[in-house]
Amino acid sequence: MTKFINYTSTVGTKNHEVVFILTEVRFHGRGGQGVVTSADILAVACFKEGNYTLSFPTFGAEKRGTPVASFLRVSDKPIVLRDEIYNPDYVVVMDPSLIGIVSVEAGLKDGGMIVANYPDSADELRKILNTQAEVVTINATKLAMEELGRPITNTAMVGAFVGASNLIKLDTLKETIVEWFKNPKLSEKNVKLVETAYNMVKEG
Amino acid sequence: MMKVVRGFYSVAYSVKQCKPDVICAYPITPQTEIVERLADMYANGELGNCEYITAESEFGAASILVGASATGARSFTATSSQGLILMSEVLLSAAGMRLPIVLVNANRSLSAPLSIWNDQQDSIFMRDACIMQLYIENNQEVHDVMPIAFKVAENRRVMLPFMVCMDGYKLTHAYEPVDLLDEQMVDKFLPPYDAPVKLSVDKPLTFGCYAPPPYYTEFRVAMQNAIMGAGDIMLKEFKKWYKITGRDWGGHVVAENPDAEVAVITMGSLTGLVRDVVSEMQKEGKNVGVVKLRTFRPFPVEDIKKALKNANKIIVFERAVSFGHEGPVAIEIKSANYESGADVYSFAVGLGGRDIPRDLIREIIDKVIEGKVEPGFQFEGVKPFEEVIP
Repeated sequence: MTKFINYTSTVGTKNHEVVFILTEVRFHGRGGQGVVTSADILAVACFKEGNYTLSFPTFGAEKRGTPVASFLRVSDKPIVLRDEIYNPDYVVVMDPSLIGIVSVEAGLKDGGMIVANYPDSADELRKILNTQAEVVTINATKLAMEELGRPITNTAMVGAFVGASNLIKLDTLKETIVEWFKNPKLSEKNVKLVETAYNMVKEG
Repeated sequence: MMKVVRGFYSVAYSVKQCKPDVICAYPITPQTEIVERLADMYANGELGNCEYITAESEFGAASILVGASATGARSFTATSSQGLILMSEVLLSAAGMRLPIVLVNANRSLSAPLSIWNDQQDSIFMRDACIMQLYIENNQEVHDVMPIAFKVAENRRVMLPFMVCMDGYKLTHAYEPVDLLDEQMVDKFLPPYDAPVKLSVDKPLTFGCYAPPPYYTEFRVAMQNAIMGAGDIMLKEFKKWYKITGRDWGGHVVAENPDAEVAVITMGSLTGLVRDVVSEMQKEGKNVGVVKLRTFRPFPVEDIKKALKNANKIIVFERAVSFGHEGPVAIEIKSANYESGADVYSFAVGLGGRDIPRDLIREIIDKVIEGKVEPGFQFEGVKPFEEVIP
């Protein structure tokens, strides 16, 4: 665990003139799929491993089904930037129907990665998006339907993202999920979902 | 204890540690979860003897708190935007009645057109209400400021409402690490509210009653004296807080490079990003500095003068408009700093929740330094549009 300095004070920020952003992640999905929650869960999980984190949504009028986005910053230094993420290291797509509607790949850094809930292969999606970036696909909707009986893909996608990015350990993520879902039945299902998605990505 | 929490919780938890006697609110986006979390705590019995009252509107909520506060109860509410405006009639009276109600305003734009997103038009609208206004940069700051707000408001030399202004969404909805305050620490800093005058059956009083011309002025003078004096009291409490927690948020104004020839003034959650852009420019050898304006009322004239003493160009990032004139912060800056003759460039950015990207800030500062823009007020990032009225 890193020592937390007094990051928010004027003194603290003076000591850290350079803001050293390690990782920026942008999540795309539709209202109701847990897009905001995904970023929030990862903010808590990454903090557990000693990082500074900040997550925040673009906020619509909370309508189910409308395209929404949320953001995650993870750094070894205090995070002071609160603007939206235009050049992410990673993009996570929760819903395949967004492809072609929202330009999910916009501004992705060179060497960046797209982790998408998509029924077809990564090569297929890379062609459609016309991108050179690394693409990882997983049929998260199918997994979520099997495990939860509902097409809420956030936990599966968080598991897939961690598997693809190696940003944190699977165990840290599982611990966070258990704390997040206070209902033990629900947390058990989601932990399983996270694990399945993580392993699927790891196995390719 | 350092924990990753949402902005809402950061406020609610700090308010809980301040041991309010009465909380009364009406939900409005983006404030809602602040009072939801407090309602949770109330339902779980975590708020001690606190009364949590749900009101039928913001007007009702503010009115209930006026009554509560007049009986000597430590009173808290939170609101946003139209809710603050609906409260405004009552809050103006609360100030005149010298009631130390503390409120959090989750900054949101005003109608019309209806917008639920963030700018600072709502709290700026309350400028002349004799309510103290403090603007917040991040969720640790808001967490730390709540006990200070109660302590300053309830100071016998002040006795006025205190409004803590935090940007909606940017802060309220953000998860980030916050060092949560422990009860003993807050207890040590903030004693229970001991009202110097209060409604009681033993000694009947009336608050805010009719004042004919021979008396009205003196009440208003007393209000002005109180809020002008509140500035020094705030500074003292800021310092005490720093001693207790080790977190130094600075005074009314935080000038990080007071010798700068180009000063950039910001208020609220935009500050971090501006600071980052400016420190990048400093490395390029440009003499730029950030001036973070924390206290907007009482307006810290002397601190502003000091912070701008070497500035010949002053850039203000405005999150509101004083329609019919210009940027509301620039108006104050010009009035405080008129002797210096520095050019003031005021830019309205991020109205109604439009994102303020890093590049836009850089572009604005660059064009001022390069002399590509005239001093005065302008909107930034405007798209071409047609007037709807032919």
